[in-house]
Amino acid sequence: MESIAILIETEQDIIIARSEVRSMAAAMGFRLTDQTRLATVASELARNIVKYAGRGRLIAQPMSDTDGRSGLRLIFEDQGPGIADIDAAMRDGYSTSGGLGKGLPGSRRLVDEFQIESHVGRGTRVTVIRWLSP
Amino acid sequence: MYTPQRIPILKVGRVLIVPIQVDMDDATAMQLQERILAELERTGARGVLIDISLLEMVDSFIGRMLSDIAAMTRIMDARTVVAGMQPAVAITLVELGLELPGVDTVLNVDEGIRLLRDEFGIREEASEEPPDFELSDHWKA
Ligand SMILES: Nc1ncnc2c1ncn2[C@@H]1O[C@H](COP(=O)(O)OP(=O)(O)OP(=O)(O)O)[C@@H](O)[C@H]1O
Ligand SMILES: [Mg+2]
Repeated sequence: MESIAILIETEQDIIIARSEVRSMAAAMGFRLTDQTRLATVASELARNIVKYAGRGRLIAQPMSDTDGRSGLRLIFEDQGPGIADIDAAMRDGYSTSGGLGKGLPGSRRLVDEFQIESHVGRGTRVTVIRWLSP
Repeated sequence: MYTPQRIPILKVGRVLIVPIQVDMDDATAMQLQERILAELERTGARGVLIDISLLEMVDSFIGRMLSDIAAMTRIMDARTVVAGMQPAVAITLVELGLELPGVDTVLNVDEGIRLLRDEFGIREEASEEPPDFELSDHWKA
């Protein structure tokens, strides 16, 4: 299955991101709860791009590891202001915008692998993977 | 040009029923909140029943909207019940860390009507008029 890249700039793009991720997860054979988890992660992290960076992109990549296990990797990247204190940003309830501060820590709980890189003034990249359980 | 999606608000007796049948964008969610409050005030309804059985995902934005609607309707002396959350949505919400504080949830719309009626004393039919027999009693006296 082909990877897709989605430009994330408007609220409409958040909806497109979550529905594309859901269809991709469904086509790969993820069960309903996992489809919902992945769509929710797409919604949270795409909204962070729109809210904090203005624009960026989502790459959704079906993949398999050396054992032949398959999974869906989602990469959210932007060239926005970056995050000064990543540890703080990963904490439940931490928000610089009066939000609930659940987007990053909650997304981490919804996937199997979660990685965040960010540099002030350069941007942020969040990479997540959810593996397909056999 | 961008036009917000339109979500119906139906009035049944003293309850507003809000079936959410589309994947809402943020502007629509914000606007829905305001429309529900305006309708509560305009119609004097006492309960709000939000049917989310067709919603395939509730993220922190929509979750917060549901909590806010519940809090605001309570301030207006009314009650909000959220009906029909799909199991996959409930699991995801809990993992995300959103417990929807202050939101009463029920399995389906029927349960919601029952809860609004039994727990909160909100009747489906508005009957402001005294029943007929009282009137005739009065005349008999
Ligand atoms: N792409 C990004 N670029 C810059 N800062 C970001 C980015 N994503 C998150 N942040 C920062 O990390 C904080 C935590 O993000 P998180 O998504 O967890 O919470 P939130 O967006 O504030 O609230 P919620 O997502 O619950 O509505 C944000 O308040 C913001 O300061
Ligand atoms: Mg967020």
